[in-house]
Amino acid sequence: MAAIKHLVTIKGVKEGLIFLLDDTCKFDSLLNDLRNKLTKTHQNILSGPEIQVQIRLGKRIISENQKQSIIDIIAKRGNLIIRSIESDVNIVQESDPTKQLRMLKTIIRSGQTIHHDGDILILGDVNPGGTITSTHNIYILGSLRGMAHAGIDGNEQAIIASSYMKPTQLRIAGIISRPPDEWGIEEAFMEFAYLSDNQMKIDKIVNIHRVRPEALELN
Amino acid sequence: MGEAIVITSGKGGVGKTTSSANIGTALALLGKKVCMVDTDIGLRNLDVVMGLENRIIYDLVDVAEGRCRLSQAMIKDKRFDELYLLPAAQTKDKDSVTPDQIKDIIVELKKDFDYVIIDCPAGIEQGFRNAIAGADRAIVVTTPENAAVRDADRIIGLLESQKLRGAKLIINRVRANMMKNGDMLDIDEICQILAIDLIGVVPDDEHVIKAANSGEPTVMSPTSRASIAYRNIARRIVGDAVPLMALDENKGAFTKIKKFFGLG
Repeated sequence: MAAIKHLVTIKGVKEGLIFLLDDTCKFDSLLNDLRNKLTKTHQNILSGPEIQVQIRLGKRIISENQKQSIIDIIAKRGNLIIRSIESDVNIVQESDPTKQLRMLKTIIRSGQTIHHDGDILILGDVNPGGTITSTHNIYILGSLRGMAHAGIDGNEQAIIASSYMKPTQLRIAGIISRPPDEWGIEEAFMEFAYLSDNQMKIDKIVNIHRVRPEALELN
Repeated sequence: MGEAIVITSGKGGVGKTTSSANIGTALALLGKKVCMVDTDIGLRNLDVVMGLENRIIYDLVDVAEGRCRLSQAMIKDKRFDELYLLPAAQTKDKDSVTPDQIKDIIVELKKDFDYVIIDCPAGIEQGFRNAIAGADRAIVVTTPENAAVRDADRIIGLLESQKLRGAKLIINRVRANMMKNGDMLDIDEICQILAIDLIGVVPDDEHVIKAANSGEPTVMSPTSRASIAYRNIARRIVGDAVPLMALDENKGAFTKIKKFFGLG
């Protein structure tokens, strides 16, 4: 029989047992192996008095639900007491969703609305009549022909960047602007809109690092 | 098992009914068994354009409500043996049938016909939902005007949300000279915004109006430019490799046709 890679390795230490969980496989297969080990193959070794268990996840980062499913499986064996579930990665406090970039591959057509709390990147066009709103920045890899509203909660630092900037209307925080009255742009390629002294300004994307050095910083 | 194609546009007056009549007839010309279904309940037109108004006995609502059999409501075309029309009711409104009822009728029709062409009413309400309920494919008709393109875009979005992807585009009433001068939206521009495949460009042609008023679909005339465009669309629907007109080729085709006229 070919050696099956064990996804769950059980080690005995002074304090009890350490479960080393493989961090490269699928989470489901991991659970299967864990279940298998506890109820079938290693049943004998694991039965007996109460044992303290440490669970090491390696480099895997798991969600609360996944954590719960591990706990559930182990709890089925009444004598195993989970002392800790650790991951090698310093799990940074679930990063602020507003700092996360949401990426969307779609065309936002007339009548469609997309909203996201945080930065949003559209791979596709925003067509006339389509609306995109965000509490932070809006980046569009495509044409902006519809309406974009960045910093909808009042964030005046927000920007709107687009490969092709021909919007029906731009809004940042509370400022509404429509082209081309106050922008004076000729081309529409690779530009971004920002607020300066409560005025909507348009500039080439190459200048974004001067105007809003922090705009592209993502956690 | 045939295929149901809905002809829709969002905006009214861009040529849905004309396109339905002509595509249906052109498919029949190609020897296909075709049934056209008018879902514009309350404002039926397809029967008028086809010149079949005086033959209507039962209609779509009668079938949906079980007052007659499907075969009783279908009207055989005067010109083709394998071309039928299922007319809409004129006295009811769009809410008198449900999408499920229409879907059942379309499924039934697909068993007997190669193509079921569904003429969709304008708008995005119940009538639109009825019309797309049984469709396998959609053809969106637009004209080179901003308002029509805007509505087409909205419709494409709605079709996609109803899992009717891969809609095809017909740009109707194109005037080559106005487009060249930039007075009319460019075909490329329209395709760029709508981002769906073009299945045909139909030139603005006085013959279409004449034909519609005489109850004879334009495609019956072998010389009209719109007729040739609709015939090409039908061939593409069947899967013939009529090169999908790029704008340049299109212009080429126009000039060829113009030359043809000049010679003729």
